[in-house]
Amino acid sequence: MRTKNTIIFSLISTFFLIFLISIWKILATLQGLSINSFNIEVLFILGFLISLAHLVIGSRIKSFYKSIIFSSVFVVCDGYLIQKLPIWYNLGVFLILYFFCYKICKYSFIGLKEEHSTQVILFDFLTLFGILFFSFVILFPFYMMLVTSFKTQIALLVNPLDFSINFGQDMKDLFKSYFVIFKSYKFGKYILTSTIVSVGTVFITLIFAIPAAYAVARLNFFGKTFLSTSILIIYMFPAIVLVIPLYTIFSQLGLRNSIEGLLIVYTATTLPVAIYMLQGYFKSIPKELEEAAILDKLSWFGIITKIIIPLSIPAISSVALYVFMIAWNEFLFSLMFLDNPNSFTLSRAIQYLSGDAETPRQYLMAGSVVVTLPVLFIFVYFEKYLVSGLTAGSVKG
Amino acid sequence: MNDTLANTEKKTAYILTLPAVLLVFAIILFPIFANVWISFKEVELKDIRIPEPRAKKIVKSISDEPSKIKILYKLRNSSLLQEIRDVSFKDKFPKNFKIENLDPRCDYKNSSLKCEFGNWPAKYKENFQVIFSTNDGSNIDKKTIKSIKPKLDGNSDNILLNTNFTLKNFKKVLFENEFIDLLLTTFYYTFFGTIGSIVFGILTAQMVNQKFYGRTFMRSVLLFPYVAPVVALAYTWELLLDPNSGTLNSLLLNYQIIETPINLLGQKYIEISIFGFDFKLRLALTTVIMFEIWRYFPLAFLFILARLQAIPKELYEAADVDGASPFQKFFKITLPQITAVISILFMIRFIWNFNKFEDVFLLTGGASGTRTLPINVYQQGFAISDIGMGSAVSIVIVVLLLMFMFFYFRLLGKRVDEN
Repeated sequence: MRTKNTIIFSLISTFFLIFLISIWKILATLQGLSINSFNIEVLFILGFLISLAHLVIGSRIKSFYKSIIFSSVFVVCDGYLIQKLPIWYNLGVFLILYFFCYKICKYSFIGLKEEHSTQVILFDFLTLFGILFFSFVILFPFYMMLVTSFKTQIALLVNPLDFSINFGQDMKDLFKSYFVIFKSYKFGKYILTSTIVSVGTVFITLIFAIPAAYAVARLNFFGKTFLSTSILIIYMFPAIVLVIPLYTIFSQLGLRNSIEGLLIVYTATTLPVAIYMLQGYFKSIPKELEEAAILDKLSWFGIITKIIIPLSIPAISSVALYVFMIAWNEFLFSLMFLDNPNSFTLSRAIQYLSGDAETPRQYLMAGSVVVTLPVLFIFVYFEKYLVSGLTAGSVKG
Repeated sequence: MNDTLANTEKKTAYILTLPAVLLVFAIILFPIFANVWISFKEVELKDIRIPEPRAKKIVKSISDEPSKIKILYKLRNSSLLQEIRDVSFKDKFPKNFKIENLDPRCDYKNSSLKCEFGNWPAKYKENFQVIFSTNDGSNIDKKTIKSIKPKLDGNSDNILLNTNFTLKNFKKVLFENEFIDLLLTTFYYTFFGTIGSIVFGILTAQMVNQKFYGRTFMRSVLLFPYVAPVVALAYTWELLLDPNSGTLNSLLLNYQIIETPINLLGQKYIEISIFGFDFKLRLALTTVIMFEIWRYFPLAFLFILARLQAIPKELYEAADVDGASPFQKFFKITLPQITAVISILFMIRFIWNFNKFEDVFLLTGGASGTRTLPINVYQQGFAISDIGMGSAVSIVIVVLLLMFMFFYFRLLGKRVDEN
């Protein structure tokens, strides 16, 4: 039992170590270092030996010194295998090893005797592995987007693996792609259009949704249940199905290529979820407040503006942020309705840019950064509001 | 008294809800019915432009006679296909103008020229000329005359409004050889995309539910793909996977894992042999599904995490006392607790993946075996510019969706309600 658990522990931790070092090597390769092999066999033997040695030594040496020794041994072996690498690479390896030793510290021969110990180890390492794996897989494309926008066409073609940015160069050269897209491709105008459309959608949606949500939440009227259930069913209806009729109607009414047309469609598509989210919140506001207001002879308009809105600022902001995000990111309708470059939104402009095979990719990535940054900034800054919006409105998208 | 109160309440409710209901009806419900109408018609993209009578006004001075002026109207029917009936024409002139030659179709009164041109066939063109002189012999300013635009009116058939119906579109959609392939592609895309995003959602939610340093940061990062604009992400992936100078292929080549670059988005099939079995994997479709999973697992993550945090701790404590292993705890406690969320998620994601257009469109444009039904709507309607066919495909989508929802609620609806 003990041998089996020891071997399993060593294997799991070794695989984790191999994963860590491989990610580090990939990142180092992307800084222009020439590393041509992961040396998995060597990593495996070293990792296995370190795990075993850790168990054998146990607490005879202070864990700090033990970690330092293991890390140094590993760095020396690794450095011997791939020579001529800069010191920061080896330092990174050292830190990873130190982190690894710190993580395996809590396991000992005694711990391995316990029931389910291998499963616990597997769970622990899987969690660690998952955190690193998902961070890498998610952040890598964003990292690539950002770095590519700072490179030049030649640099990208000569070595597609060189992600290092030369900060020594002139600011003008570094931000060249951004200057180009704003000057030659009129991205300033597109940002303005996107902003107007998104902010406009937020306001119009709120103006329509707040009264409707209030009615659904509070008032009794014929067709109320029908209305509240049909809201979500309508919401499940796919945008792609609406595209052709709306296209024909909008062409005949001359609403294509206009901001008004987009505003109408975006408002209509976000209204159901806005009503749904708001009415849920309105129901949680104590009724007594309104009863007092009715005694004071306040009209429904007064009730909404003086009582409901001030009390539900959190819900309204989360709806507003959610609607803003939907409108800002929307692509299908802007593709269908806009074909005149003067009325493009940002998303449509980037797609248009990519339609030309000659467009250098760093411009495309600079445009992508420009369209992504506001959304990510808003998301990180207002995460609390947006997450509740996302959960409620997640039927969309 | 009570009755009137109830009545005012009703009235208020209708006033409050009406704007929203009307807007949603006009933009969402009406198009769905309009789709049915269009799908039974033979309509092409060029037919939906309404034919217009147009006139271009050219002002010419006559040499030696400064008090006279010649005005040429280039009249035409904007449509190459349809006639315009009862074209009427109206233009205004300064008060002191006198007409020299009056066309029999026209009438000059109160310094405005009115004409009835009758019917214009498709592609109709005419040069219509009038000569004016001033009453008082004063000189004529060409600019003021040019600045007044003539008004034209006419009636034409709107091809969308007539009652000629045909079943041709549906025959074409349903009995074409490609239809089965189209359905299968859509099904693979939807099904594996949904399952994948739910599996990754469970894994990540389980992961973030543990305590570790940087947990809130991790939670934000996991939602990045879901909140960022599709356009940016799709092009980034395209660059990442590019066969010539994409990062992924370069990395794989650098580490000698592959010998020649793989065109992950442009190759329909790849031969794979596992344990001696050779089979063809639909490569481009798999890549597109990967993107789909990558972009939408955050949603599943969010849902499942919210549910996981609501599971009472006592359950796990009791399991610990009984000596349950981590896997037993996961399969016997966690999984049963989240099945309700998963079944809702499955439905939502299935419906939305089924209708997903942007992702595939931006990544491959529907090439190399990634043509799903929504992509087909676009291709029929706008690439081949056959609006009727596009509508017919949309109707097929709606019908399939309704069937799915019907069976899903039949099978699982009751269970979801109970939870």
